[in-house]
Amino acid sequence: MPDGQVLEFEDASKTFGRVAAVSGLTATIEPGVVTGFLGPNGAGKTTSLRMLLGLIRPTSGRARIGGKAYADLKDPLRTVGAALEATSFHPGRSAANHLTVFAKAAGIRRARVDEVLGLVGLADVAGRKVGGFSLGMRQRLALATALLGDPGVLVLDEPTNGLDPEGITWMRTLLRMFAREGRTVLVSSHLLGEVQQTADRLLIMSRGRLVYAGTLEELADPGESAALVDSPDRAALTEVLRGAGWEPEVLRSGLALRGVDPVEVGAVLAGTGVPLSLLTRRGPELEEVFLDLVNGVRAPRVTGAPVAAAEEAASDEPPQDDAPDTPAGEPGPTTEAPAGEPGPTTEGDGR
Amino acid sequence: MSLARATSSELSKQFTTAIWWVLAIVLAVYVGISAAGIAAAIGAAASGVLTDTAGMDLPEGSTGMLYSVATTVGYVFPLLIGTLLVTGEFRHKTLTVTFLATPRRGTVLWAKVLAGAVMGVVYGVIALLVTVGGVAGVLALFGQDPELTSPDTWALLGRILIAYVLWVLVGIGTGLVIRNQVAAIVVVLAFTQFVEPLLRLGGSFVTGLADAARFLPGAASDALVGSSLFSAMAAGPDALPWWGGGAVLLGYAVVPLIIGHIFSWRRDVA
Repeated sequence: MPDGQVLEFEDASKTFGRVAAVSGLTATIEPGVVTGFLGPNGAGKTTSLRMLLGLIRPTSGRARIGGKAYADLKDPLRTVGAALEATSFHPGRSAANHLTVFAKAAGIRRARVDEVLGLVGLADVAGRKVGGFSLGMRQRLALATALLGDPGVLVLDEPTNGLDPEGITWMRTLLRMFAREGRTVLVSSHLLGEVQQTADRLLIMSRGRLVYAGTLEELADPGESAALVDSPDRAALTEVLRGAGWEPEVLRSGLALRGVDPVEVGAVLAGTGVPLSLLTRRGPELEEVFLDLVNGVRAPRVTGAPVAAAEEAASDEPPQDDAPDTPAGEPGPTTEAPAGEPGPTTEGDGR
Repeated sequence: MSLARATSSELSKQFTTAIWWVLAIVLAVYVGISAAGIAAAIGAAASGVLTDTAGMDLPEGSTGMLYSVATTVGYVFPLLIGTLLVTGEFRHKTLTVTFLATPRRGTVLWAKVLAGAVMGVVYGVIALLVTVGGVAGVLALFGQDPELTSPDTWALLGRILIAYVLWVLVGIGTGLVIRNQVAAIVVVLAFTQFVEPLLRLGGSFVTGLADAARFLPGAASDALVGSSLFSAMAAGPDALPWWGGGAVLLGYAVVPLIIGHIFSWRRDVA
């Protein structure tokens, strides 16, 4: 197996006509970990991956694999395995023949075709035409194509699309295994939940720009936990909480007070006689942070990038878990939220 | 090395879907029946069966004209194969994987040209087998000489093979320029089956057009082969010499190949 390579985007931009698909993407993807590449549809993920693979020429900047452009790789399929879309097959060609065609182009022995077919669980349908394949089978075949050269780098665009739950679990296990072997694994998805259990590092794109680069743990700001409280008598509870100056959010599981320590809530409620059925701390919702980043509600945080560092300093002063009270008047990024958005403002009120 | 691999990959693309043998069968039936049918008509006329007169020899050049049915009637097949060889990649988006395996796009295009040349030979051989088999068989039936021992005949058969290779390359160029597969097929069929025959027919009546009509691709192909059903039916100015026809046909391959390489092949693959 070839070694994992470092993938680099160096201020890469791509403009289609007047549409900026990717703007100034600078990022480094290290081997040995799974890197999740996140963003809603149209955020520029696929364009970025295609720039990395030499399929799209950047308007400016560049993308490198182990310091080289894709076209300059000596043995591309043995260096990088890519699965970009589950539709790039000739429907009239069998799965085994599809793989053979590209094995020949890379000088890969025929036996490897059967190996990868077995690896992705398609050995039984090797001789069947791809036109009759389900989306999940096509995804597996796309992965098999990527694995043909036993490459040190795997670049997979939405690989779990169309897979059943069992297939998704299988894919996750496989990706983790590849990373453990020291390969570079870059996986795109438009859902955080898809990569949450797989990815060690995240790159999040929105509208062509990188809005987050860092670990999954860093994504969640511990200062954004909430107190979750509930009572059989919700009306009374709500009244008390409002009296204390909080604005509770009504959830199915109870009332949430963003940025409030449960200890405080307990202290306030102790003498009121409101019976409690629940009082707990709810961790920060990664999904919310993700959506806020994507929607531009939250300021970008790109570790190591000088521009983002300044903005980050304001919001990312990590308060201790037990002391969520940050100094009053802290200009958090949440102040940028449009008026009328209840979420971020409660946080301010709570302080 | 990488060109050899890419060419072998391109060839296995050709032989791993059904289209190559479907087209080969249609070609064999269409060309075989046309050649044998015309041979039967000419053979019957010459032998006196139709007119009840005494038998005579075939008119000069008849066998060459009969064998050239392989190109005159059959050239649309190598042209189609060449077109599909490129547009299939656009249509099924397989270009992505092709370029991932061989990122040097010039190498991929050269591989397609080489694989296309092989396909040209394959189709050319099939066309020659059915044409020569059909024509010689029918002529023998009427007691006529198929002239298969003549070196001129064999030179003509060789030029038919060259024409088939060139037509595949014209198809590759066409597919590069007209990337939409359906549009490319429509253009190829409309031009070869309708537009060019009309232009050539017009050329045989209008003096000014005649010179220009010699440079149409089908006319160039006929000139390369050195004989044609078409020129036998419609008298016009002297055709181009065989090498001249070959050069013109090569031009019809090379010009779109270069244009396509610059403006189409190097485009982003999204």
